[in-house]
Amino acid sequence: MVTRRLLVGWTGIAFLAVVVALAVLVPALNLGLPPSSRFHVPTHIVVLLGKWLCYALLAISLDLVWGYCGILSLGHGAFFALGGYAMGMYLMRQIGTRGVYGNPLLPDFMVFLNWKELPWYWYGFDQFWFAALMVMLVPGALAFLFGWFAFRSRVTGVYLSIITQALTYALLLAFFRNDMGFGGNNGLTDFREILGWGVREPGTRAALFVATCVALAGGFVAARAMVVSRLGLVLVAVRDAESRTRFLGWRVDRFKVFVFTASAVMAGIAGALYVPQVGIINPSEFAPTNSIEAVIWVAVGGRGTLVGAALGAVLVNGFKTWLTGAFPEVWLFALGALFVAVTLFLPKGILGTLGGRRRRPVPPTPTPAESRAAAE
Amino acid sequence: MPVETSAVLYLDGVDVSFDGFRALNGLSLVVEPGEMRAIIGPNGAGKTTMMDVVTGRTRPDSGTVLFAGVHDLSRLDEAAIAELGIGRKFQRPTVFEMHTVWDNLLLALKQRRSVFRCLTARTTAAERARLDEILGVTRLGDLRGLPAGILSHGQKQWLEIGMLLAQDPALLLVDEPVAGMTDSETEQTAMLLRDINRTRSVVVVEHDMSFVRALGVRVTVLHEGSVIAEGSLDAVSANERVVEVYLGR
Ligand SMILES: Nc1ncnc2c1ncn2[C@@H]1O[C@H](COP(=O)(O)OP(=O)(O)OP(=O)(O)O)[C@@H](O)[C@H]1O
Ligand SMILES: [Mg+2]
Repeated sequence: MVTRRLLVGWTGIAFLAVVVALAVLVPALNLGLPPSSRFHVPTHIVVLLGKWLCYALLAISLDLVWGYCGILSLGHGAFFALGGYAMGMYLMRQIGTRGVYGNPLLPDFMVFLNWKELPWYWYGFDQFWFAALMVMLVPGALAFLFGWFAFRSRVTGVYLSIITQALTYALLLAFFRNDMGFGGNNGLTDFREILGWGVREPGTRAALFVATCVALAGGFVAARAMVVSRLGLVLVAVRDAESRTRFLGWRVDRFKVFVFTASAVMAGIAGALYVPQVGIINPSEFAPTNSIEAVIWVAVGGRGTLVGAALGAVLVNGFKTWLTGAFPEVWLFALGALFVAVTLFLPKGILGTLGGRRRRPVPPTPTPAESRAAAE
Repeated sequence: MPVETSAVLYLDGVDVSFDGFRALNGLSLVVEPGEMRAIIGPNGAGKTTMMDVVTGRTRPDSGTVLFAGVHDLSRLDEAAIAELGIGRKFQRPTVFEMHTVWDNLLLALKQRRSVFRCLTARTTAAERARLDEILGVTRLGDLRGLPAGILSHGQKQWLEIGMLLAQDPALLLVDEPVAGMTDSETEQTAMLLRDINRTRSVVVVEHDMSFVRALGVRVTVLHEGSVIAEGSLDAVSANERVVEVYLGR
């Protein structure tokens, strides 16, 4: 039998190799070598890389819907932030009596607001398994509901992009409010422990970094499995000729809802890994510009390539880190210029241009013997 | 109102208007099972709109549209109608340009079209055999691995016909299948459609009179959204109205 589509192509193998190498080398060089060594990787670099890899996972999730199914979501940052808040709530509840007010149940900001009881939606977040479940469930459920209404009413193109942007903006405003019970504009911070380990310990940081690498590799393989399956064929068909796909009998809305939900879950996981590493989650993570930046990462790396999306996220953020250090005021202009430049000169993005168009293998013409065997 | 009909496709008094413009005007049309019907008429007569109504793209303002006597097509959406067994070839050939010829056919192939089945679906030997057969019939065998976007216009037309066959519909609606084809391709297409018609009902819209003659079937003439004549090609060609609005020009 011919295996038609490789689960991971050569670029995929190279990508996974890099992620595995990072997962091994970065913690080893951070923990195993003394700071005086030339090869020592300082902890702040571990954190910075971990952050970029979370963005890379967000980029892959966005590429899945945009690159393969043509859904240009300008609100994917919302799913990332929701995953982050779910993790943040767990971390808040781990603080326990060590907060400024020493309240065993209520996080400091609630005591400060004179709240007497824990709101119902904070229940369960003292358990890691529950929080981990919510990290996936909350973004997934929101994406499912949103997709259900938007895709069934056939909202597409610019209109869809605008309402995804409105979604993240609405959440931004909501999370700013103190009475929502998510810490208002300060958000959630001052975390102490995750699963009993101090979040600021180098060992914990290294473990979080490894966990991020695992999630990134897993997210890549999952996304890849989707796009090489027959489902992936349908997604691309929807992207290129949506109404034609319907006339073949495909229920386009169901496929869109599925891929949008799966993508949101992936974005939520990325956000959940991001929060313990950076040590804070606040409403600015819902800012519309964050979601737009994510779109630019994917455009730069090459949409519809998955690996390119991850690459774009790391490159653009590397550039951002350097630029905001050197000339902090120009970042937004640089980002805009980057987007225009990519649209004009590299419409397929870095990987799309470098990789060219490698064709997927198709079964060869069967020999008469094979056809006979197949017909039986 | 219930209608007793043995027809595979039954349209009665169908009206469609776009911003006040009547594209279909009390259109009535009956296609019997196993029949092939040719539809002709000047540009803008409503031929494509009629197909839009049957396939769920356009909802009629009023009138009855029945498939196999029982399915009210005016209440179903495109996917549901396709699943009932109505396949369509578009006037402007629409294939999935980035997908290979093979994948285009695979997407069209009759199958359970659920999200979760697609995640795990493998192409079975029977599916392969069926696709190979269709590639043979449509003479696209050597092009199976090429992206459909680089096919010639005529090849895309054939690929669309192949996709129709893969869908295994009971009724085929074929909109201008030979536009852009050479004479010999046109002849082959007529043969192919006659062959298909042995097991399925077919409605063909075409302007090419030699092609319609080659089909040798009953002809319906549309003009301004209604039927003005019906019968053999010779009979409708002799009809004064038809000559005046269509053939005479
Ligand atoms: N979606 C639409 N909105 C507005 N007007 C439309 C729409 N679709 C069709 N029409 C109009 O309805 C009329 C019938 O169009 P239709 O495409 O059915 O004609 P046709 O018989 O297929 O013509 P042709 O031979 O040129 O393909 C035309 O005047 C067309 O402009
Ligand atoms: Mg037409």
